[in-house]
Amino acid sequence: MARVLILFAHPVLEKSRVHRRLVAATPRSERVTVHDLYEEYPDFDIDVAREQRLLLDHDVIVFQHPLYWYSGPPLLKEWLDLVLEHGWAYGSEGDALHGKVVLQAISAGGHASAYCEEGYNRWTIRQYLRPFEGTARLCGMTYLPPWVVFGTHRLGASDIEAWGEAWSRTVGWLVDEGWRDLEPDPNALLVEGAEECAPWPPPGVPEGVQPERAPNIARNAPVGDVPSESREP
Amino acid sequence: MDAFLTQAFVYLLAAVVAVPIAKRLGLGSVLGYLIAGIVIGPDVLGFVGSEGQDVLHFAEFGVVLMLFVIGLELEPSLLWRLRGPILGMGGLQVSLSTAAITGGGLAFGLPWNEALAVGMILALSSTAIVLQTLGEKGQLETSGGRSAFSVLLFQDIAVIPMLALLPLLGSGSHGAEAGESGHAESASMLAGLPGWAQTLAVLGAVAIIVVGGRYLIRPLLRAIARTRSREVFTAMALTLVIGIALLMQLVGLSAALGTFLAGVVLATSEYRHELESNIDPFKGLLLGLFFLAVGASIDFGLIAEQTGTIVGIALGVMLLKFLVLFVLAKGFGLRGDPALLFSFALPQMGEFAFVLFSFATQEGVLGSEIVDPLVAAVAISMALTPLLLLVNDRVIRPRFGTKESEETRPMDDMHAGARVLIAGFGYFGATVGRLLRAKNVETTVLEYDSDRVDLLRDMGLEVYYGDATREDLLEIAGARKARLIVIALPTPEMTMDVVRTVQKHFPELEVFARAFDWPDAVDLREAGVDHVYWQSLDTAMRAGRDVLSELGFRAYAAQRATRTFVRLDQESMEALMGVERDDRSVYVSVARERIENLERVLRRDIESDGGARDLGWDPDSLRTEYGDGDASGDPAAAS
Repeated sequence: MARVLILFAHPVLEKSRVHRRLVAATPRSERVTVHDLYEEYPDFDIDVAREQRLLLDHDVIVFQHPLYWYSGPPLLKEWLDLVLEHGWAYGSEGDALHGKVVLQAISAGGHASAYCEEGYNRWTIRQYLRPFEGTARLCGMTYLPPWVVFGTHRLGASDIEAWGEAWSRTVGWLVDEGWRDLEPDPNALLVEGAEECAPWPPPGVPEGVQPERAPNIARNAPVGDVPSESREP
Repeated sequence: MDAFLTQAFVYLLAAVVAVPIAKRLGLGSVLGYLIAGIVIGPDVLGFVGSEGQDVLHFAEFGVVLMLFVIGLELEPSLLWRLRGPILGMGGLQVSLSTAAITGGGLAFGLPWNEALAVGMILALSSTAIVLQTLGEKGQLETSGGRSAFSVLLFQDIAVIPMLALLPLLGSGSHGAEAGESGHAESASMLAGLPGWAQTLAVLGAVAIIVVGGRYLIRPLLRAIARTRSREVFTAMALTLVIGIALLMQLVGLSAALGTFLAGVVLATSEYRHELESNIDPFKGLLLGLFFLAVGASIDFGLIAEQTGTIVGIALGVMLLKFLVLFVLAKGFGLRGDPALLFSFALPQMGEFAFVLFSFATQEGVLGSEIVDPLVAAVAISMALTPLLLLVNDRVIRPRFGTKESEETRPMDDMHAGARVLIAGFGYFGATVGRLLRAKNVETTVLEYDSDRVDLLRDMGLEVYYGDATREDLLEIAGARKARLIVIALPTPEMTMDVVRTVQKHFPELEVFARAFDWPDAVDLREAGVDHVYWQSLDTAMRAGRDVLSELGFRAYAAQRATRTFVRLDQESMEALMGVERDDRSVYVSVARERIENLERVLRRDIESDGGARDLGWDPDSLRTEYGDGDASGDPAAAS
């Protein structure tokens, strides 16, 4: 049985339908710690020693956050910058995190089919998340295939409900060390999504880790580059 | 009384007229004083007659005060670090110059004992002129200036053995003439005692100054500071200096040296800046008087009679001393600018020459036929010094000097000023100060409550006793060199006083002021202060943020709300600037409008569940655009 630390980073949880549901659905037990970074450090003044102690106390580290501009919210980056110190997390003497497991649990506005070579966003989620994967790798941790909620803008209430249950099962699966049976596959995702881009179900992912009912995802996305004027960050 | 007032009027008027003109012309105040002295002297306007000599003796006390102030600015640790230059450069300068001038004297046919006496006396330079001129130009802190200072300090010490040696040189060929120099008389006070007793007396006096300065004078100053009566503190400072001068004369030491020592002892005390600002005006006036008297004492009649001899002596001696200095500068590793400054600063003969010549005459070593032209030459050389330094600055240094060695000097200078001044060290100022100290920012603290000064110093903080509303104290505390001042004084009136003083006298100094309430903050903004800190704002905001958080708002939303509040509050303040406070109805209506506006904005935020303004995070528009249509996705945001 593994101890799971969920590092949750969301600057406006008040407005997030998906993450409110995911947080609420997270099974509460002494093996699961939800650590709400924006609530703990609203002024970005991260207590590094405390964060490092938390990491040492857990076996699985989950980064749960919305995907903003293909990356995490700024506090998460600040957290990585400050907490994963050289000589502690990496470097010739930095082995504090060796052997731990990392899972990234994110929500993305675009739907799954947009995240592939022919899709709207050109690259897969796994490719976009490379910096996180590289970070985990450098710290000697196993990076699991990401757990992604796609197409959040179009999710109805019942879809979100279904994602909540899927997340609850996923956390349980982590506590039970289900990842040990997982075949490593560089393009895999932990849940249903981009059929066009990634095989489904991903090899080794057990039934039940994905929602029972496939989320209502619109298809036939326009192909092309992201218009540069589309959004201010 | 009338005569005294007339004389005072003449001297002061001469200074008031001449010094600004000289400074305007870039000549410096010393030259201004000297020229004014010449003008009012017996040979030009004749306002001052033979009493000029008495004035000179009186005004020498200005030199004593100056050394006290210099001592105050020189911490013992720095003095200890200067021991090399003082003994090495100073010792060599005095001995080599003495030898060179003695040689010159012998060449012109003086008997060896007279040549040696003249050599020793003329080897000394003018502490008053050099330090005043260099200080005015800000060159005292350069390596060249500091070397010059070291040599001058050694010369002050060297006067003592000279006073002892001169009588031994008396050949009796000149009948002892009646001298009335205070120094000469005082030197003989202990003359009747055996050598060991004299030595003991000298050591005793030094011990009195060092021990007394630490354990007697500081508590005394503290007690007087507590009365908060400025003039009594001034009186105390003067009493202290004059008392030490008298003690020194009693044992035959140079008064200047004694007060210098006292200054060094008090340099680490919390009253250093206050003492300095109290003594400074007296020092300035007396030094000015001294320079005036030197100008007035130049005997143009004698110079006209023996022009060749006197000018020849002045230039010849200066040339010899210049060469010695230049060689020393090179030998001690000074290059370029510092070497030039050092060599051009010290070749004149100094005020000690007046004293020692009259002493030598009295002891029958030298006759007046030798002394009179020499005294004239001394005065000329002193008058030439500011000119020489000017020539060095304007002509020689730009061609031959190098700048690099000056600019790369580390910050260990004599008066290396703190970068931040903190006026007022109550809770507010102290908290700011602690933060700065934690980041190794050098601060100078000025605090008017003497009890608190003691307490804070016991805690190991650099705190000085003084009234920050005084321009002179700010000046001494380093307001010219500091980058900014934090004003954390206990009342809005004092704060405003300091703001006005700083704006008037130190416009370069950035002001960070604590305000007590809202109108006070508006006043400060109106006065042109850019950085105003309304003291309850931040604590109130922190409390408000924590309350919101406790009530279930997201901590980050609460944090952003407080930031918004502070920003809008600031804008309200700007809007109120210039609104006539007396016209209550307009003021109140503007204020009320701003406050309502502020609350409205915040309410909108909070009611909409967090940052309504944070459009970057707002998925509503995305949901509208992508939620129902067939657009596939949005690159940036996901809830």
